[in-house]
Amino acid sequence: MRRFRSNPVAIASVVVILIFAFTAGGTFLLSITGHQWPCNPNLTNLEQKLLPPCPQHWLGTDNLGRDVLSRMLHGASISLTVGLIAVAVSLGIGMVVGAVAGYFGGIIDQILMRAVDALLCFPTFFLILTVVALLGPSLLNIVIVIGLVSWTGTARLVRSEFLTLRETEYVKGARVLGQNAWHIITRHILPNAAAPILVTAVLGIPDAILSEAGLSFLGFGVQPPQATWGNIIADGKTYLLDAWWLNLFPGLAILIASLSFYLAGDALREAAESRS
Amino acid sequence: MISFIIRRLALSVVLLFIISIISFFIVTLTPGSPYPWGELNPKISAEVKANFRKKFHLDRPLHEQYALIMRDLFTGNLRSIKDDRPVMSRILERLPATVALNLTSIVISLSFGTLLGVTAARYSGHWQDALGSFIAFLFIALPGFWITYMMVVALVKGFGVPILGTHSYGIEFPNSLGSGLDTLWHLLLPATILALGGIASQSRYLRATMIESLREDYIRTARSKGLAEEVILYKHALRNSIRPIIAGIGMVLPALIGGAVVIETIFAYPGMGRLGYEAVLERDYPTLVALNFVVAALVLLGNLISDLLSAAVDPRVRLE
Repeated sequence: MRRFRSNPVAIASVVVILIFAFTAGGTFLLSITGHQWPCNPNLTNLEQKLLPPCPQHWLGTDNLGRDVLSRMLHGASISLTVGLIAVAVSLGIGMVVGAVAGYFGGIIDQILMRAVDALLCFPTFFLILTVVALLGPSLLNIVIVIGLVSWTGTARLVRSEFLTLRETEYVKGARVLGQNAWHIITRHILPNAAAPILVTAVLGIPDAILSEAGLSFLGFGVQPPQATWGNIIADGKTYLLDAWWLNLFPGLAILIASLSFYLAGDALREAAESRS
Repeated sequence: MISFIIRRLALSVVLLFIISIISFFIVTLTPGSPYPWGELNPKISAEVKANFRKKFHLDRPLHEQYALIMRDLFTGNLRSIKDDRPVMSRILERLPATVALNLTSIVISLSFGTLLGVTAARYSGHWQDALGSFIAFLFIALPGFWITYMMVVALVKGFGVPILGTHSYGIEFPNSLGSGLDTLWHLLLPATILALGGIASQSRYLRATMIESLREDYIRTARSKGLAEEVILYKHALRNSIRPIIAGIGMVLPALIGGAVVIETIFAYPGMGRLGYEAVLERDYPTLVALNFVVAALVLLGNLISDLLSAAVDPRVRLE
């Protein structure tokens, strides 16, 4: 942890993530109490359409006169929610599959790992696109599908951690004491594998954010009028020559948010590796 | 070696079987109308619907549907819902473009990834290393569609450079060299954008293995012999560190083909990614099932080839 705190890149990326999280959370909380800050993201005003950045609209307005900054702030909460919940889903499945395969081994391990191998052959983004398109795009479907297709890496990692930890003295000791598998897995092995699992979780968040943005761009993301970073870009691509701000700012938001998560995750990995 | 290949092929058959089941059920079990004209279209008579169901075996139970689809896939009778052409020929006509795009992108990501990784390892702990990691993560974090879109508009509209499709439109080339270079040029931009993620991950991997190799005794020997630093890095250290990268090429393929969906759509590039996107839009499920199958087979083939390559590069690897 000290190593993580003394890494300036890590501190900077955590600060950026916190800024994103607080502004997104703040905007969301204000909007459910009825205050729209800085403006209503869905308020159209055709007299003010396609305005470049100006004092009233810091990041300009789109083709319907909606304030881009407000839309981006509301989109931020969607992107971060997608990232967190998708990772939670994939972590849940990946940990169960990896733990069962790694702890019990044998034929169960063989079957589960062949299923993982098979899933790894699918082109991930195309698989997500297919299922979301067939199920119908909604926030819930997108989050679940991204989580359902991205657990294979976690499963492999957890399995390999279990294979090593299974042979340690304290696990053997616990087994000799007659503790059951559930107890050994959750109390003895998982806590010792927490660091690498945390790292994959942090690195999984930007993957999910980028997948959602790509889906939105193709028209299969969270549906309008709900703003997301991806669909602001998708809507703005028609006006790219006249209104560069519709494309530049949400793209930068995606880039900065996912870059911060990657850098923070990498610093976390470094800190975890230097500890052991 | 022969027995290794045979065992791997046997395993591939098992995996392809699982893959075909997964993709069949994903496509058929998701709710929604299978008809291209919509469930409740009043202009379509019940008779037409019944004929459609019969033609695509939708009137059979699921396990029979699966068996019939697989039979049709292997006998080449599986037809697209969209234009009634055999699915296999639709896929095969896109195959050369896809293979060319992916190979180019792999070559680009290997060469730049190696350069970036070796440089980062050489200056490990210095600012060049930090910059290298930053560039790598920047490449992964870039939303491909965003940067592509900005580039396409800037190049096409700003400078009038033709980059969409596979050939410049309306230009006749006097010889095959010209048109060949034209095709290569059209390949280069989408391949570079697709390669960004690969450059990043390969450079990170290579940096880690290179730092380890650079601590070995034979590097100290090479240094004390007075060899040039470049020779030590690229001839001695790199040859001992490159194997995991080459073995990992096969694992990059699914991400490449998946990422190509967006990139090919923007570049109007006639590859399998765009075919898949069109099939998704049209709910053309025979094409979707077949496409997943072919892509998975390509990935398995890529894995096998990269394993064989890594054994060829590094004689310490025994294939078993």
